[in-house]
Amino acid sequence: MNNPIPLENPISRKAVALISGGLDSMLAAKIIMDQGIHVEGLNFFTGFCVEGHTHAIRTKDRSKTKRNNALWVAEQLGMKLHIIDVIEEYKEIVLNPKHGYGANLNPCLDCKAFMVQKAREWMEANEFDFIITGEVVGQRPKSQRKVSMPIVARESGALDRLLRPLSANVLPPTLPEREGWVDRTKLGSITGRSRHQQIKLANNFQLVDYAQPAGGCCFLTDAYYSNKLRDLWRARGKRDYDFDDIVLLKIGRHIRPHAHFKLIVARDEGETNFLSGYRKEFTYLYTVDHPGPITLIDGETEYRDLELAARITARYSRGKDQQEVKIKVVKPNGRQHEFNVTPFGSADIPDHWFV
Amino acid sequence: MSTHVLDARRLICPLPVIRTQQKIESLGDGEELLVLATDPGSLHDVPAWCRVHGHQVRSSEQTDDEYHILIQVCKPMESC
Repeated sequence: MNNPIPLENPISRKAVALISGGLDSMLAAKIIMDQGIHVEGLNFFTGFCVEGHTHAIRTKDRSKTKRNNALWVAEQLGMKLHIIDVIEEYKEIVLNPKHGYGANLNPCLDCKAFMVQKAREWMEANEFDFIITGEVVGQRPKSQRKVSMPIVARESGALDRLLRPLSANVLPPTLPEREGWVDRTKLGSITGRSRHQQIKLANNFQLVDYAQPAGGCCFLTDAYYSNKLRDLWRARGKRDYDFDDIVLLKIGRHIRPHAHFKLIVARDEGETNFLSGYRKEFTYLYTVDHPGPITLIDGETEYRDLELAARITARYSRGKDQQEVKIKVVKPNGRQHEFNVTPFGSADIPDHWFV
Repeated sequence: MSTHVLDARRLICPLPVIRTQQKIESLGDGEELLVLATDPGSLHDVPAWCRVHGHQVRSSEQTDDEYHILIQVCKPMESC
């Protein structure tokens, strides 16, 4: 890496911190700020980490606090936070991770290297001096092992301008430590999966409110979500996605009666309102004479498929116990069909249809 | 002073914040930005982003399922 930042003024060092919104990155930033370093935070929006928005959509969760944890951390620490949209660039990480996946479709090591690389680019563009993360040696089985720490530093191009304040004393000294920009003796030596030392440190800093647990918010670590993403790739015959795809995978019941189409059935009024925003892009169904969900159809359907979709939609409406329920189907081109169908019973939808 | 309008309706959080951040980069000190959003999280996140960057939220209102947040741009952040 080029050395774009003059080194002669030790009192004006600036660090950029990766802020996830969890406790570890909060502590890492706090440790460095307390050494008189100017710290600004970066938070990358991949589309997969949306802890608040599904709460915002579902009716039952409307009363929950919808704060963005990264912004909340920035406010607590009194630092600027820049939220960066990396949805498009991040696709390559999800689709072709050089280091493979974790237990599900989580490409954690590639993800970490990607984010540190983006932070390195931001650091260079904004004339900052080094990067800090909340990584802890041994905390995560794939991305936070001692052997993977140099991989992140190397592949991101950050090299020895990447400092992990929580574990610094069990890692080789980095440039900020060797040059005396930060005092290594005041950095941590935390290792392992226990949260004990972080909680103790938080208490020392009088930080009492922080996101729990520190497992991250990435949907790719979730087995159900990963299955739905694999199903989407299988159905389309290619590994790809756009932003709407990954949002829709988090919403509604996903039911695939046949390989060529899938239904997304809203689970409550909040989801119905949200899915209604997709009426121009999808064929959709709704109940005419009973309260019920909206259902989107993802895929190409024939007439008999629409009838099946109508029976499933009716099953989740208030008319589910009626002999007949009227369902309207609207295609993106505006053409409409109406069905009077007998709702499916709960046993009529095989388990393997649920994605 | 002109008021710019950012339509962030139907965007889920944190996209309204990201679009606000991008729009304000192109605005000057004292200019106003009206953010229109539908994600309830916007009502918390956009003002929080403004606070950490020193911009002033002049008003925030909810009308049905829509949120309107009026921001005064402060550059540098100490100017307000």
